[in-house]
Amino acid sequence: MTETIRSERSLGITDFDTLAALESEAIHIFREVAGEFERPVILFSGGKDSTVLLHLALKAFWPAPLPFALLHVDTGHNLPEVLEFRDKVVEKYGLRLHVASVEDYLADGRLTERPDGIRNPLQTVPLLDAISENRFDAVFGGGRRDEERSRAKERIFSLRNAFGQWDPKRQRPELWNLYNGRHAPGEHVRVFPLSNWTELDIWRYIARENVELATIYYAHERPVYQRDGMWMTPGVWGGPREGEVLETRSVRYRTVGDGSTTGAIISDAADNEAILAEVAASRLTERGATRGDDRVSEAAMEDRKREGYF
Amino acid sequence: MSDLLRLATAGSVDDGKSTLVGRLLYDTKSVLADQIDAVTRASVDKGLATPDLSLLVDGLRAEREQGITIDVAYRYFATPKRSFVLADTPGHVQYTRNTVSGASTAQLVILLVDARKGVIEQTRRHAAVLALLGVPKLVLAVNKIDLVDDAASVFAEISAEFNKLTSTLGWAADDVLEIPVSALHGDNIASRSENTPYYDGPSLIEHLESVPVDADNTGAHSLGLRFPVQYVIRPRTAEYPDYRGYAGQIAAGSVAPGDEIVVLPSGVRTTVERIDTPDGELAVAQAGRSVTLILTDEVDISRGDIIAAVADAPEPIDSFDATVCWLGDKPLRPGARLLLKHGTRTTQAIVGALIERFDEQRLAADPNPEALGLNDIGRISVRVAEPIAADDYRANRHTGSFLLIDPAGGNTLGAGLVGDVLTAVEVGTGV
Repeated sequence: MTETIRSERSLGITDFDTLAALESEAIHIFREVAGEFERPVILFSGGKDSTVLLHLALKAFWPAPLPFALLHVDTGHNLPEVLEFRDKVVEKYGLRLHVASVEDYLADGRLTERPDGIRNPLQTVPLLDAISENRFDAVFGGGRRDEERSRAKERIFSLRNAFGQWDPKRQRPELWNLYNGRHAPGEHVRVFPLSNWTELDIWRYIARENVELATIYYAHERPVYQRDGMWMTPGVWGGPREGEVLETRSVRYRTVGDGSTTGAIISDAADNEAILAEVAASRLTERGATRGDDRVSEAAMEDRKREGYF
Repeated sequence: MSDLLRLATAGSVDDGKSTLVGRLLYDTKSVLADQIDAVTRASVDKGLATPDLSLLVDGLRAEREQGITIDVAYRYFATPKRSFVLADTPGHVQYTRNTVSGASTAQLVILLVDARKGVIEQTRRHAAVLALLGVPKLVLAVNKIDLVDDAASVFAEISAEFNKLTSTLGWAADDVLEIPVSALHGDNIASRSENTPYYDGPSLIEHLESVPVDADNTGAHSLGLRFPVQYVIRPRTAEYPDYRGYAGQIAAGSVAPGDEIVVLPSGVRTTVERIDTPDGELAVAQAGRSVTLILTDEVDISRGDIIAAVADAPEPIDSFDATVCWLGDKPLRPGARLLLKHGTRTTQAIVGALIERFDEQRLAADPNPEALGLNDIGRISVRVAEPIAADDYRANRHTGSFLLIDPAGGNTLGAGLVGDVLTAVEVGTGV
């Protein structure tokens, strides 16, 4: 840990800029949870937001080991590079990892594959089961309020009932930097330390801190086919269908999600600097560009969150 | 100058807050093509001729059904000069608690009025709440200015009335700006409008980019160090067998190695040996920054304690008067047993007397109310089981504020401000 994030960079009072303020806020949130909850866990998907989340968590408790485990909800449709990255990170920092597997639920019949083959919505049940089986009382997520309109309404400490549900009309007021983590047995609190970050803040921070990411975020050549305006990778989830042509293109991913519903974008941006330029110039949001699951309805995200999804 | 400004909106229903926020996002190019497409599609579905920018922000099902904002939402936009975190708060009276939430961290609030209606009761209520919370800067956006005849005199009249109100509440004239705008058409939002020749001030965005604010957003720089201890870092690893660091976010003042400090409430004194961060040691750290302090002596310190500068350390108190905004559905009555969270300490509290209840319309208080209802503001006396080291709210937002929490359900029931904040607002020295 120390070698990677401790640098000789001297921090004076003059460089307390937006990123430093966001970092301090996130670290404050991690420490509040460590101080007040019994069994917190970090949701880790291997994506850029959860990787930044983990980076901040490690900083919050340095030089002590991370006082939380990680939880990954594996849909069975992850890109192999993401799973490799997940395992590498776990090993590098000596972390504990829980995996909740959608595949297991499908195998024994507790879940049924959807007709459209999309597994993102299927994550909710294994996630809630893992939370209750492990008695996790605080669950960190990398959700950002700038991602989507219903996420914009999310509190930093967001209470979920025993069914894992979010009720946007009954949220607690959140005042100053005093977070209220009280909850009844069986309830838990979702905690979003990156609430106030934008996609661009995330990339600026990744560049500044040299955060290592899964390789799919950087431009690389891979066989892809086009579907609904997105570039999809073939995999266990199927595709290309008839009429969809496989071709090798230079692409990168803007978000990490289910392989069946998350697309890549055509890009030559192979390093942080190029990606920063690309993100700053993009006329599409990351979810609008590459997430099929948000296109279902005007309130798709809100509906999933009400069910217990992140 | 800080490059991050935290702001909030306030105003009553249908003043066009969501449209203004949508316009701010749109004019700062913070809205991307797919979001515009979605709004255009939804507007066409509703039979509208032009895209309804309020749909950019009203995202909940119930909000879209009713065409109103229900809950505070946070928006992000940036110009080359600054980044902005905006708390977009609802205007309905029953959601005043969300206005309180949004404004509690704001360095600036944009208050909206409809030019056709001017300063109304809800404007006065919101201004009083903002004065109480010590919001440093105000902007009055006189919206729908295109819809009034003789806009120049209407704007002058509303400005004069608002200025009178804000100076009564204690704001200096320099901290308040009125701007005539049309959120719908974009007048005076991103650039100065030719439709308002009588107005020679900056556009809204120009003002937001340049208004000076305290970087640490604590309200004052005059206080010495206040460091609520969040967590004790003890690695017990082979590499750091004896490490003992006190982690927290500096709530006021600054700290440097060699500083003499006092631990509250115990009163034990010691010295700061060094300031640790994962990126290296700091020569000095200021309010707002999360750091870890290493002290020269092994003293007994735990979560909930406050490390303070010796020179002006607050006296720990277990019985005090405070102003509260009551946010609970059930009224607050004398004798209530609650939890009080101050800084990193949560302790049991008993509410003694209800001293007075504030009437936002008259900007005056009535003594000895029977209860404080939802959204009421009043002064109460409180007794706590463990003493807290609090400052007057007017001296520091962080060390002068607390939450009142329902010990049974866990909900946040009250926002508390230590000291005579309410009295100060009544006599016009609040901000």
